[in-house]
Amino acid sequence: MKSEFTQPIGKISNINGQCIPLIGNDIDTDRIIPARFLKCVNFDSLGESVFEDDRKTLKGRHPFDLEKNKNASILIVNSNFGCGSSREHAPQALMRWGIKAIIGESFADIFYSNCIAIGIPCFTLPKKSIEEMQNYCDNQFLFLEIDLKKSLAKSNDLNFNLEIRESSRKMFLSGEWDATSTLLENENLIENKFNQLPYIKFNSQLSKSK
Amino acid sequence: MSQDTLFDKVWVLHKVSSLPGGSDQIFIGLHLIHEVTSPQAFGALRDKNLKVKFPERTVATVDHIVPTDNQSRPFKDNLAEQMIETLEKNCLENKIRFFNIGSGNQGIVHVVAPELGLTQPGMTIACGDSHTSTHGAFGSIAFGIGTSQVRDVLASQTIAINKLKVRQIWCDKKLSKGVFAKDLILHIINELGVKAGVGFAYEFAGPAIDELSMEERMTICNMSIEGGARCGYINPDEKTFSYIKNKLCAPKSKHWDKAITWWKSLKSDENSIYDDVIKLDASKVEPTVTWGITPGQSISINQQIPLLDDLSPNDKLVAKEAYEYMSFKPGQYIKDTPVDVCFIGSCTNGRISDLRIAAKVLKDKKVSKNVKAFVVPGSEKVATQAKQEGLDQIFKDSGFQWREPGCSMCLAMNSDKLIGNQVSASSSNRNFKGRQGSPSGRTLLMSPAMVAAAAINGKVSDVREFIN
Repeated sequence: MKSEFTQPIGKISNINGQCIPLIGNDIDTDRIIPARFLKCVNFDSLGESVFEDDRKTLKGRHPFDLEKNKNASILIVNSNFGCGSSREHAPQALMRWGIKAIIGESFADIFYSNCIAIGIPCFTLPKKSIEEMQNYCDNQFLFLEIDLKKSLAKSNDLNFNLEIRESSRKMFLSGEWDATSTLLENENLIENKFNQLPYIKFNSQLSKSK
Repeated sequence: MSQDTLFDKVWVLHKVSSLPGGSDQIFIGLHLIHEVTSPQAFGALRDKNLKVKFPERTVATVDHIVPTDNQSRPFKDNLAEQMIETLEKNCLENKIRFFNIGSGNQGIVHVVAPELGLTQPGMTIACGDSHTSTHGAFGSIAFGIGTSQVRDVLASQTIAINKLKVRQIWCDKKLSKGVFAKDLILHIINELGVKAGVGFAYEFAGPAIDELSMEERMTICNMSIEGGARCGYINPDEKTFSYIKNKLCAPKSKHWDKAITWWKSLKSDENSIYDDVIKLDASKVEPTVTWGITPGQSISINQQIPLLDDLSPNDKLVAKEAYEYMSFKPGQYIKDTPVDVCFIGSCTNGRISDLRIAAKVLKDKKVSKNVKAFVVPGSEKVATQAKQEGLDQIFKDSGFQWREPGCSMCLAMNSDKLIGNQVSASSSNRNFKGRQGSPSGRTLLMSPAMVAAAAINGKVSDVREFIN
């Protein structure tokens, strides 16, 4: 665990940090944060338990336990990262450990939306580029400067054109990635929709008139 | 881009606005909550000084953390007790209907909502749980969300989401005898892969799907997410309507006829356009068992675990990991693999028809003495019905433990857990590393009938040898 955790807020346009590679396809959210740690009513203490079982199995050799990675903040992963359960506890645990952005071959849908909802941009790159990054990290430090405006990541000697969903990129740049207030701006439209939907009237047990 | 599918129709109907970034604001017709993914969302509402906008569109139950041996309060596990108390308090304060233990309607959220008639065609349904896709069996658009989106639904009854593409999975012919919905969905995930569904909604269609009961359809849609698809659905038909009819929250009297007319108009048009179509022959599917650490790593009961060379380059990395974790050798047969624990339950296969078929296999048989076997009904209603039919007695007589309803060892948030590297034959949905409560525990996913057969023989078996 790093120094004091602060939740991201407002515009996110640049993320600079050291990369931490995690090799493997289909790494699911049960592995990121095993279910027993979901017995909590807030997310505060999840950071230290991230990858708990994988880390125990590897006895100190897991990337999240290596001394050289202790200040890393950009996670480099392979394909279908974050598959499985919808638990937001997974990105919350990564964020509380110190992860600020993730670059991978591909992400599971719900994991991706959860990351975006809490302010962790997720970028994709072709397999070859991901492997290049992961290999680079084997024997040296990879520091990346990520520029969301240009969707670019660069280090001293490497450059990558990152892919990110346009809606997510715009939200981070405008600072409107915390969706609640944006959604509530359309309060009248929401009320109209509620009144128009055929089934609201069908349902005696759930309708307002009960 | 898809056109005139049920997905398109329901999406358009629920679209509130186009958001600046390019995603859509979608109204959520039914919001289901449980104790694990909701407390932080209520906390966030309090922090922002917001109220629940339409409390009558949210329904709660408790399932993940409930013990299945002794449910008297307070729970022995202090953290579990704290979670149920928090849910009780949040529901009370926000006037949300809560089906608590002992209400007669508590159970796994994806079992409870359909049996209450809450789940209906044409609705958008969201829940902080990835298996929300289950409700798509009724022709609703249902998907899992994270806690921040639970907060958004509570506050606004809407979420920001990018429209999904639609892939039709056409299942031709019929399933053979002794082959079940679980085998079909495991087969589909194996064929397409665990990430093929990313960015897609899956429409399951064709004669083999038409043939399935509503409970079997729920099993199919439930596991869409294991194939990467956040949402899976089936066009509603007469079976759908007769399942819903007379349920507690079903439309009544004059509303019923209107509902039927509207529901019939929802199904995908004859000439609707899909982003992708896949066809498969359901009659070729055999009883299927997973051998690895993702639900895509499955084989038929008589097949060998694949050799590394037989796999595509993309599958090799995870296969190597799976051989090692599962202690299986490539080329080894899955049949006759000894099992230590047999679990029947979960939102995938914890419904009455699942218990009936398992009981049919177990009748007048005994569980192998080396096996710990237990059955966890999906809901209080399922448990009551099973008792009326005497199924509980068949299970107990065979050596199965009969438990109280909940999620139980599907994800092992209560005290039902594997120990060490035990092997479980499980009717649940995920065989991830450590999923069933032991960091080295090993899970073989299969149909409830196959779990019953494994329990009797103490090893992975072909259920067709029991039900001829």
